[in-house]
Amino acid sequence: METIKLTIDNKEIEVPKGTTIYQAAKMLGIDIPTLCYMHLDDMNIENKPAGCRICVVEVNGRKNLPPSCSTDCQNGMVVKTHTTRVLNARRTVMEFILSDHPKDCLVCSKSGNCDLQSMAHRLGIREIPGQEFAAVSTYRKDTSPSIVRDLDKCIMCRRCETMCNTVQTVGALSAVNRGFMATVAPAFEQNLEHSPCTYCGQCVAVCPTGALTEVNHIPQVLRALADPTKTVVVQTAPAVRVALGEEFGMEPGSIVTGKMAAALRALGFDYVFDTDFAADLTIMEEGTELLDRLGRYLKGDKTAKIPILTSCCPGWVNFFEYYFPDLKDVPSTAKSPQQMFGAISKSYFADKIGVNRKDMVVVSIMPCLAKKYECQRDEFSVDNNPDVDYSISTRELAAFIKQANIDINTLADEDFDNPLGESTGAAVIFGTTGGVIEAAVRTAYEVFTGKKLEKIDFTELRGMEGVRSATIDFNGLPVNIGIAHGLGNARKLLNDVRAGKSQFHAIEVMACPGGCIGGGGQPLHHGNSEVLKARAAALYSEDKNKPLRKSHENPFIIKLYEEFLGKPNSEKAHHLLHTHYFDKKEKIIIKK
Amino acid sequence: MSKYSMHLLVCGGTGCHSSESDAIVCNLRDELEAKGLTDKVQVILTGCFGFCEKGPIVKVMPDNTFYVQVKPEDAQTIVEEHVIKGRKVTRLLYKDPVNKEPVSDSKHMGFFKKQLRIVLRNCGFINPENIDEYIARDGYMALGKVLSEMTPEDTIKEIKDSGQRGRGGAGFPTGLKWELARKNQSDEKYVVCNADEGDPGAFMDRSVLEGDPHSVLEAMAICGYSIGASNGLIYVRAEYPLAIHRLQVAIKQAREYGLLGNNIMGTGFNFDINLRYGAGAFVCGEETALIHSMEGLRGEPTVKPPFPAESGFRKKPTNVNNVETLAAIPVIILKGAKWYSSIGTEKSKGTKVFALAGKINNVGLIEVPMGTTLREVVFEIGGGIRNGKKFKGVQTGGPSGGCLSEKHLDIPIDYDNLVAAGSIMGSGGMIILDEDDCMVSMAKFYLDFTVEESCGKCAPCRIGNKRLNELLGQICEGKGTLEDLDRLKNMSNVIKDTALCGLGQTSPNPVLSMMENYREEFEAHVVDKKCPAGHCRSLMEYVINPDNCVGCTACARVCPVGAIKGERKETHKIDPSICIKCGSCKEKCKFDAIFIR
Repeated sequence: METIKLTIDNKEIEVPKGTTIYQAAKMLGIDIPTLCYMHLDDMNIENKPAGCRICVVEVNGRKNLPPSCSTDCQNGMVVKTHTTRVLNARRTVMEFILSDHPKDCLVCSKSGNCDLQSMAHRLGIREIPGQEFAAVSTYRKDTSPSIVRDLDKCIMCRRCETMCNTVQTVGALSAVNRGFMATVAPAFEQNLEHSPCTYCGQCVAVCPTGALTEVNHIPQVLRALADPTKTVVVQTAPAVRVALGEEFGMEPGSIVTGKMAAALRALGFDYVFDTDFAADLTIMEEGTELLDRLGRYLKGDKTAKIPILTSCCPGWVNFFEYYFPDLKDVPSTAKSPQQMFGAISKSYFADKIGVNRKDMVVVSIMPCLAKKYECQRDEFSVDNNPDVDYSISTRELAAFIKQANIDINTLADEDFDNPLGESTGAAVIFGTTGGVIEAAVRTAYEVFTGKKLEKIDFTELRGMEGVRSATIDFNGLPVNIGIAHGLGNARKLLNDVRAGKSQFHAIEVMACPGGCIGGGGQPLHHGNSEVLKARAAALYSEDKNKPLRKSHENPFIIKLYEEFLGKPNSEKAHHLLHTHYFDKKEKIIIKK
Repeated sequence: MSKYSMHLLVCGGTGCHSSESDAIVCNLRDELEAKGLTDKVQVILTGCFGFCEKGPIVKVMPDNTFYVQVKPEDAQTIVEEHVIKGRKVTRLLYKDPVNKEPVSDSKHMGFFKKQLRIVLRNCGFINPENIDEYIARDGYMALGKVLSEMTPEDTIKEIKDSGQRGRGGAGFPTGLKWELARKNQSDEKYVVCNADEGDPGAFMDRSVLEGDPHSVLEAMAICGYSIGASNGLIYVRAEYPLAIHRLQVAIKQAREYGLLGNNIMGTGFNFDINLRYGAGAFVCGEETALIHSMEGLRGEPTVKPPFPAESGFRKKPTNVNNVETLAAIPVIILKGAKWYSSIGTEKSKGTKVFALAGKINNVGLIEVPMGTTLREVVFEIGGGIRNGKKFKGVQTGGPSGGCLSEKHLDIPIDYDNLVAAGSIMGSGGMIILDEDDCMVSMAKFYLDFTVEESCGKCAPCRIGNKRLNELLGQICEGKGTLEDLDRLKNMSNVIKDTALCGLGQTSPNPVLSMMENYREEFEAHVVDKKCPAGHCRSLMEYVINPDNCVGCTACARVCPVGAIKGERKETHKIDPSICIKCGSCKEKCKFDAIFIR
């Protein structure tokens, strides 16, 4: 492979051809600042508009200051990253950006976690000249069920546009207007609710300022907790327990399950349960559905729709309701674990403790912003009482814990409550791409073949590649599994399904790159994909350490069926735990 | 064509067109028909003559009689007097501005004497909607020569040797650009003509497209042959409907004659051209933004390298050239690189088309050899400053350029000399400024434009230009300080240094150039809070001269804000804190008692 030799800040380095100055500098330990450049290696996600001009450097022989993120290294190049000319340029450009930005750091939800704030601090900006007469670009604020947009704070980094258009292929956000009033918004500056937005929250996950943030549901949760007439139940998603610690200074991938349960109890929740329990439940229902469809399909039943698609991800559900409504009979009818939990909690559990469902408040802690929207869907309620009342994100929970003066580092591990707190390793791995289908395979295999699995780990289903496939041998029957994470990758598989060309029997789709561990509500990764990989590894590690690793072995699940549901896909199970989908293709048309 | 003994050429450029030159053509034809002369005298609607100040133009051939400011009603006189009786219509002849005598023909006009019309060779001579007239003047001969006698490498060498440089503003060597596109291997390549002429007031490209569209088509085909492309695209701004129409007609005719399409002239060479339309964005004149606009994306520039020669339209090797650059190509091929490079200066060969505008007598379009001095352009060809005012400066290069002052008048015009003088050639706009023009306001005027046209992608241009514009506004209102001048300089230099594309990299040029060449004027605005040119309203004070004021109260009655107080027959006084400087009082005063300080 061809290599290039160059010098950066008087240090020599040899790099492969095609390396940019920014990347070469990083290899030398030189951290050139940037606001818009973002590269998630391994996930093929790169945002490189070269628009912020903060990463500019001095290069011998070049008249201007080129952006290091977009300039390839050349042989013999001499680069200086912090001459007075460069520092003056960087600071002046930063002053420009700050001059068109609201000065409300003190009350902004991104304060302390904002790339712009950190950069201003790092560059030592102490004043912004000309403020007495400087115009600022202002826009109408927009609050949707999951995402809040405050475009006054947009710095045109284009990361959200890249995620929404290129990665997710949803197309809700793009640059609008020209010049000073340019910003990134839905067409005609419409509200998000009237756009094809799936609420996946990837835009929020990458926004360097407070322009895109989550809707805050802590006040509602606080009110419920303070209400003596309410029994407040909390459920926590698998992806939360391997990321929450980051908000308290721990390394990415620290497993804080026990501390999280302890914190939630300290916050005053009456019952601290685990969404993983409902994940095992989802496997029971969806696994049964998979085997039923597959069985009928192999016998030649034309009404059996194959492939079956997983349906636990509400961003993904929105995506196919907008873009592939003709295929709405193809996904599994099983609800998501969050919603299954809510349905069971407000029926089975409410009965058990003698509480009216109207006096029970179910709160979910999710890595996801689409869950805020999901729990508001009309079909997930009984007589206007939702199965899940509020969904709060990992970030909101961390803030909530801090407001209660708790540092989780000091807490001793505690267990979840029962009967909705026990889970298997299969449930834990729901939080990462490939995890749901691996959990399903573990159960489907044993139920279908009647044999015990010799090897529980299906490593062929794991990894970060956007589209993956594997064939699992079900005792002589080859079952083709497809996996996609990131909606752009899902689209590729769905196009095949629509054309009748899909080779898969079952497909797992997660809207967020990496799966739920990379969800829109997680602690921000700030463009470092190692964080996502560490979280995924932690989930597989937790799975390995669990005594029970297959969903159908969960004793509390078995008890739930015996006492209440009967068997998977029974009439009761169907009524409480299954749903149907809607044709929403009008959502992809934006009317002025 | 040879059967006609006389031709009446009527200018059909947009300027003359809007002064009813169409009607002149109709009336002339009617008159000729009435007199039974239609097979002896032909009336032709041509492209722009360039002498826009005095349009509509009618030129009589073969004697080169040059009639100016012709009205449709004059058609009868022209036919009866000049055509039939051979007597020139003196009242319609152009009058020399110095001796006021009528000039008998264009060869004796100061406006045309120093011009060398290569790019504009056919403008004003042929009917641009008739391909036969283009062919009769050696049209498509260059393409024929290239296809039958020259290899692509030969052709590129000829263009390189000619020294031709891009006329869109950057001045990049054209031959080298073609060579780079040729070098990159690809199954598909594109030739793109940048006809998005966006500089305010510029109409060089428009005149070529309207007056001689085939010259561009032929050049694009030659380029396609040289670089290995069979697809040509012309990106023309939608605000040029006449140019679009002329191009559509020309393409259709060329295709009919087998000069575009498959197997051109039976040589097996395929090349066709299609049009793409701009949508009102100056930034889409930047080649990468133009390419993205054609791809259906937002018209924003992207980082170079990679340059379009390597990765352009649909990521294929693409050669983008300006209209004017291309229009000279057929002549270079036919007359040779040696001839072309004998015109101009050492590093800038050939001619340049300039659009003269502003406070000059002969507003219009000219083409002069590189190396012509500014003095010659302004005072000889341009006819000097109108209304006898004093020359103050000439702004070149549009919003990307700077202002040259009196001390630069003897500079031979070429790319490098203008850059050394603190400006650029740009696309050829020249705005002449006189003593009544305020240089601070001029700088702000250009920033008004670039702020509006910035695409918004990069921070220094999106926000920096806005701040420059605001600060200049503050200075024009008397709210600036000396420190602000330093701020202007620093912001301008940083924007130039960090902007992503040519728009931002050059938008501070007017500011830096004006501050360099007219520093005293800026200092007057911030230190004395005065506008020496008498232009900035906020810095003007309307004062009543007690010696002349008779107390008629006319001014007080007309003042819209009640700023004037005074008793009948007593000297009146204007309160500067209320006065809005509308000037109504000065207009009303019959005693010349109100002046501006």
